[in-house]
Amino acid sequence: MTDFPRHLRIPLADWVDTFMSWLLDNFAGFFDALGELLLTILVTIEKFFLWVPWWAMIAVAGLAGWKVLGRWWAGAVLAGLLFLIGTFGYWKLAMMTLALTTSAVIISIIIGIPMGILMARSDLFEAVNRPLLDAMQTMPSFVYLIPALMFFGLGKVPALIATLIYAVPPVIRLTNVGIRQVPKETLEAAKAFGANPRQILFDVQLPLAIPSIMVGINQTTMMALAMVVIASMIGARGLGLEVLLAINRIEVGRGFEAGLCIVILAIVIDRITHGLAVAR
Amino acid sequence: MENEKTSETESTPFCVDVRGLWKIFGDRSREILESDLRKESRASILEKTGSVVAVRDVSFQVRKGEFFVIMGLSGSGKSTLIRLLMRLIEPTTGEVDFNGENILAYDEQQLNHFRRYTTGMVFQHFGLFPHRTVIDNVAYGLKVRGVGGEERQAKAMEAIETVGLKGWENYLPGALSGGMQQRVGIARALATEPEILFMDEPFSGLDPLIRREMQDELIELQSRLQKTILFVTHDLHEALKLGDRIVILKDGEIVQVGPPEEVVISPANDYVREFVYDASIQRVLTAGRIMEDPDALIYDWQGPKAALHILRTSKEDHAFVVDRKKKLVGLITMERMKKLIENRGVALSEVMDHAPVTTSPETILEDLFPLAAGAEYPIAVVDENNRFLGEIQISSIFENLIQSGGAKEEDKEEKEEETHD
Repeated sequence: MTDFPRHLRIPLADWVDTFMSWLLDNFAGFFDALGELLLTILVTIEKFFLWVPWWAMIAVAGLAGWKVLGRWWAGAVLAGLLFLIGTFGYWKLAMMTLALTTSAVIISIIIGIPMGILMARSDLFEAVNRPLLDAMQTMPSFVYLIPALMFFGLGKVPALIATLIYAVPPVIRLTNVGIRQVPKETLEAAKAFGANPRQILFDVQLPLAIPSIMVGINQTTMMALAMVVIASMIGARGLGLEVLLAINRIEVGRGFEAGLCIVILAIVIDRITHGLAVAR
Repeated sequence: MENEKTSETESTPFCVDVRGLWKIFGDRSREILESDLRKESRASILEKTGSVVAVRDVSFQVRKGEFFVIMGLSGSGKSTLIRLLMRLIEPTTGEVDFNGENILAYDEQQLNHFRRYTTGMVFQHFGLFPHRTVIDNVAYGLKVRGVGGEERQAKAMEAIETVGLKGWENYLPGALSGGMQQRVGIARALATEPEILFMDEPFSGLDPLIRREMQDELIELQSRLQKTILFVTHDLHEALKLGDRIVILKDGEIVQVGPPEEVVISPANDYVREFVYDASIQRVLTAGRIMEDPDALIYDWQGPKAALHILRTSKEDHAFVVDRKKKLVGLITMERMKKLIENRGVALSEVMDHAPVTTSPETILEDLFPLAAGAEYPIAVVDENNRFLGEIQISSIFENLIQSGGAKEEDKEEKEEETHD
């Protein structure tokens, strides 16, 4: 009596499996092309980060920290932290992780801002997307590692896709919120002067939503970075893979070093992007 | 005088013509309009259908160049009404004509064109763009129109100077005080040189001193620009001070339309009476309203003897002197005339009082008191070019005050009698 009746079972798992194989059979070409495109973006960015000399990278981060945060010593601290990564011997891997994160953030912005604008314009679209965004953030990320693997094989691309799915919601949400928070009278003023919807968007809504969008980008960046360890399980090289290997071999010291490097990257990126958001 | 004034204004064409305008918020608005529900009170419609009647069957006309005030308490539908007129809120039914064109028939493009070229609007909370400098705020209407950078800046600068904000053009609105921000709002509305200006409680958010100052400036601005202004307010004194005509709204319906003094002296019903009860007559009646044609008027080319003759045949012992263009030159009295003739003088100017007490026709009764206190002779009413319009006897100032005060007392007695019945 205490068991749930067996005959009420909904075979959702079977349905999802069927749907997946249907997608694979019919859209293989599409997924291949998409994979190619993502790979090109990612590889280009990775090549760039590996080409930049380490001291130039540290100098740029230090300068950016100084300018954005307004204190010279803040820049110096950030530069010092990055220098630490080099001393652990993880510079190259850190740059690979940074490349994956940067790619995910750039693509998130390209997808997220237009999505946020659409959500702000239509209550229906917002209502439909809200639960979807919630699902993207709360669904254990391992669950979508599997389909990503099935569509794109092992390697960088499925890692990027998984990172994207996890990281894109904040930028969408905060673009939506930023636009919806524009005071009604300010919008009315633009309308009263005969501004059309495009003029209202670019003259009033987007400029006033920028602080909120910047916070969204900051959050997206943090979430992308948080995904690197998990993404390494399907073949993305970088700091995440080091952590994974250290866990497998029970090398506590090595795991700590690599983990610390991820924390350092997170701190540097967060302070700079957060500074940019507040400065507006 | 009065008849002349009304016939003159009646010949001016209507600029805004609103007929049978309704706005019902809620899903069942059509149903309400098409059934007998439309005759029921706001409260009973809300109870039966869940819909709110914001504006009910409103009709009025505004003449070109008129300062038209829409007034009512909060919830009376005044802010909704002004938004319906430029379709910032879509009316449920009715007609809104501007210069003979029904704007409710406009498609989106025509509507935007109308908003860009015909109207300008000033908002209660200013509605400025916080990320744009003062000059870019003011230039916004022109930018939307597609006016090029240089012309835009020049015109915006002109508007900024008009409202007295020169030197502030490169600040962000956040750096300005409330009064100054609303000046930016007014400049923004003026920069496009609209035919009609909508002002939605523009001074309500300002403290009393600044508010009065802004009101005075608006009056001055209006006398120069002669725009058609539709002005929303909940402040009776503001309405009486600014309006050529006032419409009073209650629960979305028009209760009374008329010039300020009419609203105060003969309120249409108890609601308006209650409303204007503390509106003192001395703030509504103007010099132009109570002035009279003088018994005698002397022209400055006339000789002493002719002048003396005119004075002798008149009831008064004094008369104002004007030139060929009816500009006021001075005041002359019997006593001084006699002196002139005794001394065998030839020119009136030798004994004339060159600086008699004068006032403008817009001056309110209250402001005449201090003038009257120091005056021995009547006060001359002159226009801005010093042209003589009429005179006010000192005694008539107080007569007017007592009469209208008496009228109010009678009203009250009548009311009391009614309640006794």
